[in-house]
Amino acid sequence: MDHLRFCLNDRWIDLKDISPTTTVLRYLRDHAHLTATKEGCAEGDCGACTVAVAEERPDGKRTYRAINACLLLLPMVQGKRVYTAEALKRNGEYHLVQRAMAENLGSQCGYCTPGIVMALFEACYRDDLDQPWKIDAQMAGNLCRCTGYRPIRAAANEVAGKRPDDHFAQALGPGVKDEPMQLAYTSPHTQQRYYNPATFEELWDVLDREPEARIVAGGTDLSLEVTKRYADPPVLVSLEAIAGLKGVRPGAGGGHVFGATTPVTDLEDWASAHSPPLERMLRYFGARAIKNRATVGGNLCNASPIGDLAPVLIALGAEAVLRSRAGERRMPLEDFFVAYRKTALEPKEILAGVKVPPLPPHARVSAYKVSKRRELDISAVSAGLCVTVDPTSRRVTSARLAYGGMAATPARARKTEAALVGQVWTEDSVLAAAKQLAEDFTPLSDHRGSAPYRALVARNLLLGFFEETKAQPCPRLPHPHTATVEVR
Amino acid sequence: MRKPRELEPPSTPPPSALTEVRVSPLHQPALHESGLRHTSGEALYVDDLPHPPGMLVAWLVTSPHAHARITKLDTTKAKAVPGVHAVLTHAEVLGLNNVGPVVHDEELFASTEVHFHGQTVACVLAESYRAAREAAARVEVAYEPLPAILTIEEAIRAGSFLGDAHVMRRGDVKAALAAAPVRVSGTVDNGAQDHFYLETQVSLAVPEEGGAVRIHSSTQHPSEVQAIVAHVLGVGRQRITVEVPRMGGGFGGKETQAAGFAAMAALGACVTGRPVKVWLNRDRDMMTTGKRHPFHSRFDAGFDEDGRLLALDVDIYANGGFSTDLTGAILDRALFHLDNAYFIPALEFRGRACRTNLPSNTAFRGFGGPQGMLVIEEALNRAAERLGLDPAEVRRRNFYGAAPRNRTPYDQEVKFEDNRLLRLFDEVMKSAEYARRREAIAAFNASSKYQKRGLAFQPVKFGISFTTSHLNQAGALVNVYADGTVQLSHGGTEMGQGLHTKMLAVCAHALGVRTSAIRVMNTATDKVPNTSATAASSGADLNGQAVKAACEQIRERLRPIAARLLHADPDEVIFEDGEVYARGRPSARVPFREVTAQAYLAQVSMSATGYYRTPNIHYDRVAGKGKPFHYFAYGAAVVEVEVSGLTGEHRLKRVDIVHDVGASLVPTIDRGQVEGGFVQGWGWLTCEEVLFDDQGRLRTHSPDTYKIPAFGDAPLDFRVQLLENAAQDDVIHGSKAVGEPPLMLAIGAVTALRHAIAAFGPPKHEVQLRIPCTPEAVLFAIEHAKRAASR
Repeated sequence: MDHLRFCLNDRWIDLKDISPTTTVLRYLRDHAHLTATKEGCAEGDCGACTVAVAEERPDGKRTYRAINACLLLLPMVQGKRVYTAEALKRNGEYHLVQRAMAENLGSQCGYCTPGIVMALFEACYRDDLDQPWKIDAQMAGNLCRCTGYRPIRAAANEVAGKRPDDHFAQALGPGVKDEPMQLAYTSPHTQQRYYNPATFEELWDVLDREPEARIVAGGTDLSLEVTKRYADPPVLVSLEAIAGLKGVRPGAGGGHVFGATTPVTDLEDWASAHSPPLERMLRYFGARAIKNRATVGGNLCNASPIGDLAPVLIALGAEAVLRSRAGERRMPLEDFFVAYRKTALEPKEILAGVKVPPLPPHARVSAYKVSKRRELDISAVSAGLCVTVDPTSRRVTSARLAYGGMAATPARARKTEAALVGQVWTEDSVLAAAKQLAEDFTPLSDHRGSAPYRALVARNLLLGFFEETKAQPCPRLPHPHTATVEVR
Repeated sequence: MRKPRELEPPSTPPPSALTEVRVSPLHQPALHESGLRHTSGEALYVDDLPHPPGMLVAWLVTSPHAHARITKLDTTKAKAVPGVHAVLTHAEVLGLNNVGPVVHDEELFASTEVHFHGQTVACVLAESYRAAREAAARVEVAYEPLPAILTIEEAIRAGSFLGDAHVMRRGDVKAALAAAPVRVSGTVDNGAQDHFYLETQVSLAVPEEGGAVRIHSSTQHPSEVQAIVAHVLGVGRQRITVEVPRMGGGFGGKETQAAGFAAMAALGACVTGRPVKVWLNRDRDMMTTGKRHPFHSRFDAGFDEDGRLLALDVDIYANGGFSTDLTGAILDRALFHLDNAYFIPALEFRGRACRTNLPSNTAFRGFGGPQGMLVIEEALNRAAERLGLDPAEVRRRNFYGAAPRNRTPYDQEVKFEDNRLLRLFDEVMKSAEYARRREAIAAFNASSKYQKRGLAFQPVKFGISFTTSHLNQAGALVNVYADGTVQLSHGGTEMGQGLHTKMLAVCAHALGVRTSAIRVMNTATDKVPNTSATAASSGADLNGQAVKAACEQIRERLRPIAARLLHADPDEVIFEDGEVYARGRPSARVPFREVTAQAYLAQVSMSATGYYRTPNIHYDRVAGKGKPFHYFAYGAAVVEVEVSGLTGEHRLKRVDIVHDVGASLVPTIDRGQVEGGFVQGWGWLTCEEVLFDDQGRLRTHSPDTYKIPAFGDAPLDFRVQLLENAAQDDVIHGSKAVGEPPLMLAIGAVTALRHAIAAFGPPKHEVQLRIPCTPEAVLFAIEHAKRAASR
């Protein structure tokens, strides 16, 4: 396809002369004159711009996903169906979620409301919202400054999983399909290019042809350059249309491979059945609308010292799988991060995924994220902690203690690990080893936390890890819980 | 609380409870009048209005220094950018280059000096944001940096103040302190709070003929915007019309600070002849606009052995930022609320406002009241901790009561018959099962090494009225049409607080019509002139009386017509539910629309204005005495928290509130104000942290770094009751103001956190907890408690 095409509120739209870095939010407000969708922050932190996009789940079923329109570039909905709050009122009748919001007085000023309605809309058609914490997680990305959330929670409880047999349920199929995402678009005015190659061959060809190309997947980070720094990236190459990069699959020789473009939401679903530590970290990775777009590869390639996936994956012994036309190479994930926001990727090479081995025998593993606010915040300190303890000698046989927020990259506490290995696994040995954290890390002070706070929390997380894994080697996060590490 | 009644005919049959017909919507649950339209995008905000043809958009050029002299300002290159129509600076201002609302100390465009990082120097108007940004980058400004004052401490040292000191005195505080068996002294600091209204500042100005301008503004104070725009343009106010559709949140942030952006838009419209929209993105909004005032206070309190206050000596300092704005009145209200709910036999309070090189801090829900209350609550907490007393009991012992314990520090009587403190205490302590839960928490804390819980009681007494007495006035305009439908205009603005919903109820009740027959019009200065800000929790009190007065005039004009139709005596006519009937004959009814049709034919005016001013309020600021408040609003909360001793993270487990809103005009709306106010206060006290760097640059200028409460921060168990049988004399239909008071109930969360933190320490440990109580602040307080325990 050589032009942008998507279905907006049941009408197919074809665009031939718009910049491909136009966000769906700006398109809706400035071009389509649909103003329900609001700009509250233009960075995915408030949810006022939430829209719904029909997406295919890993099991092949189609579902609605709430997405921040402010971070969604138009080509990212190529071939897809998008709904805004305007579409929900049909033939003069308000949708179930709209009535629930109004009847519970879930709106006061109303500015966040259309976004909240679309987050509720996703909830309405989800079939897995069977726990109170899942409602919280579903709504975490939608800030409301007026209500204090109690009535919105009441509305969410009313509509979650209701899935009325209506127009929108029918629009999910069966029989309804998206159009292909494949795209090679050039804006006639700005000459910006946007590619959705569908195969690796097409991808390598495009990368050879376009030396200025930047690779994008979910775009939740890259779009900030457009919305906050007003950048106009000339060439974007998206990996979203390459089928082989998406999803979780069994790895050769055991373990699993997480494809680079796997949405975090899909990974979280997998983790909830297979990996408690990963599930714990993903709970507060970001808001639902972010997780619906953010990808495994995007979070790792961003190489931020406070990226949430890296510590837990390092603790789990993950390998980065890199791919280029020349073939595939692998490295321990901790070696993928070479400096502040810098990875080991060569030009024209992509991160294809991460391979996570099976847990070693007698492993105790957990993951933690501490931030000023529990939900939708960036960590002050995060940690993925894994030790193996010999059941007879009670001695630590291996340790992988990975921290975020403590150094310029996500990093292992090597000296602390060394001090633990060979010791009997007791509170005293943990406290003694934790003294080495001061040798491993010299954290910074910033608006997320002071250096002394980070140092103290890094130590306490290790202590909490010891306590928490006494009863359960891979503890899950209870609900409700007060802290990232819940021990009494 | 019952389920609300539909205000609009629902499109699908609702449960029967919602269709129950009531005689009057007054005192009944109702939906927010725009609630359904909010959900679909039909509710329009200024930025949603269709763009008028030729509209230009704006980009601000702002100061990169906290304080500097402007040595060069050249817009030539910027004006040459294609698509740019004008670059506004101080030189383009047609009238006064000043937008200070009370004191003229705030330039619209900085002319010779900039006084904070983010101050507007120029405003580019262009056909697109892209062109405007490009041109803004080409505005050449050179600065000579000057020394900046950023903190209260620096300002005190430099003698940098705004306005005069405000002092209140009673008795001989020095002697009373010296004689007190227990002395507690210390300092209290609170940070700023960004309003974080979801809708940022925005104004759209459209030129009209004859040099007039119509401004669609997101403002709490259209009349002041009108006045300031008239000053900036150098014209009379008759040429300026300001209209407010609704706001996407205000919270005080759009009381004064919308005016400057409206003035830029209006000036731009005059200069270019085109419609101009000035809209701020989130980062610009947060960097340029003022916030809740940080305060620094020192206190010295004397108590008896039972925790009763004997004397209190306080110095409070507000960080006003670079200009006066409303700082004087905010400092006053902080002083007026240093007592909160407690009688203080001997006292001296001294308040000063500091001028610093920061954005000009401004109104924010509570308006200094929360900052004042924090001081006395800290003193009570410290005393209770030291004496080993239950802080709830200490609070009860200090409540205002019968004479002589009924005089505020400014000598207003706390009328005993209106004093709801003991009733609220009894009700909330009982419904929250405070005593039982406090025991359960003690047991939990004894058995839990890393997590501890805390429980606290918090009362609030909040003075209602603008303390600048002349502001307590309001107007309304009611037009009844011949078909029996009604357009209602009043001076208040809708920012989500439900004012329009309440005014609908007042209007429907007075005219005896259904709310579906009434349309609340956009607030506009050509409908109701010379209004006060919708602020100080006063919106319903003031405008409600004005609406009632207007409606009753029309009703009385209609009464003889109705009497004729009913063949009844005029005194017997009852207006009810869209019909009229004679007392005792309810089956013989005539539709209201028939009465209005007949009134039209009979040449009876069905348009009226209503007006109200609050009686008998006054204050002598020099003497520090008077009756600044019409009455007091009360509330009480019991708050339970849990904290982690490993990370300092904490959670609100349960909140019980009993709030006194008098006879609630619309209880569903009031409940929303109580819940929302509490959570907003909790945000200020726990997770919202406004941080500037040492150059005066705001570090937390978007929700990425500035964290308001999120969905999961709402209390897991949130029980709100409105105090029953609590009608207040002399207020609209016995109701009471509700907008601000509940915010201060969140101070109970701090007391609850202290209770939990103290459990890590030795008996009678005095907790050292800074505000906001972020996980970091809590963890350090816990470490302090643990160190005390190990000594």
